[in-house]
Amino acid sequence: MTTRFRRALDNVTRVRGVRGAMLVAGDDGLIVAESLMEGVRGNAVAALAASLHKRFRQSMDAGAAGAPHFLHLQGDGGTLIVVPAPDGILVVAVGDPNMNVGLVRLEMLRAAEGLT
Amino acid sequence: MTQTRAVEAWTLRPLERFVAEAGARLTLLMTPAGQVLAQHGFTRAVDVMSAAALGAAIVASSGELATMLRQRQFSALNHQGVEHGIFLGAFDTPRGRLLALVVYGPDSSVGLVQLFFEEFVTELAAAAPAEERGKAVLAADFERELNESLATLFGQ
Repeated sequence: MTTRFRRALDNVTRVRGVRGAMLVAGDDGLIVAESLMEGVRGNAVAALAASLHKRFRQSMDAGAAGAPHFLHLQGDGGTLIVVPAPDGILVVAVGDPNMNVGLVRLEMLRAAEGLT
Repeated sequence: MTQTRAVEAWTLRPLERFVAEAGARLTLLMTPAGQVLAQHGFTRAVDVMSAAALGAAIVASSGELATMLRQRQFSALNHQGVEHGIFLGAFDTPRGRLLALVVYGPDSSVGLVQLFFEEFVTELAAAAPAEERGKAVLAADFERELNESLATLFGQ
């Protein structure tokens, strides 16, 4: 993993409650870089999060709402956040249900900006 | 309506699940010799036969390349096109080694196909009967069996 990618992910995973963060190729659903706790199925999260982002993008296009900047899914057992970055890369984070979403979002947006 | 059909019934449910979850447009399940066990999405027998032969040839060729490089055989190959991608995977089951050729469109991705392919392989391995050994292939039976298989695959 390049230093640039590692630094981008480290700032996200440093937030309390985050179980892992990844850079994912949006079109392919494949992991570009990852920093995950044991037990997180990275390839499954990457593939499904990329698919989800694609569907949301299509839905928003259909509604003339532009491209999504931030996806936040809240479940009983955890949280999934997706932030699109330039060049079709997605910053994806998974965490506890009570993690600080605002702070994670901030770090993910910074990570996405840092990839330009 | 696109249909999933199987020559060997135990392959049908895993294939239907895989196609639905991975969003595959076309899928062919076959032996390394190109004998088709099940298919999804093909409408013409000639396309199935061509795709099976070409898929089996690609796996055989890449296998030889792996041998030349003194590596283990490649378990999966992916050809990414502009509109469609082709995923070709080989795996072992109690029925013997099998190949799957999967064509997916822009509504799916190689990541999704890979993800659900792992589950597909697990389900097939669990459902597969033991391999039949020592069964002689007779020329007289070959054409009849081929025609029966094609009739099953296309519901004729």
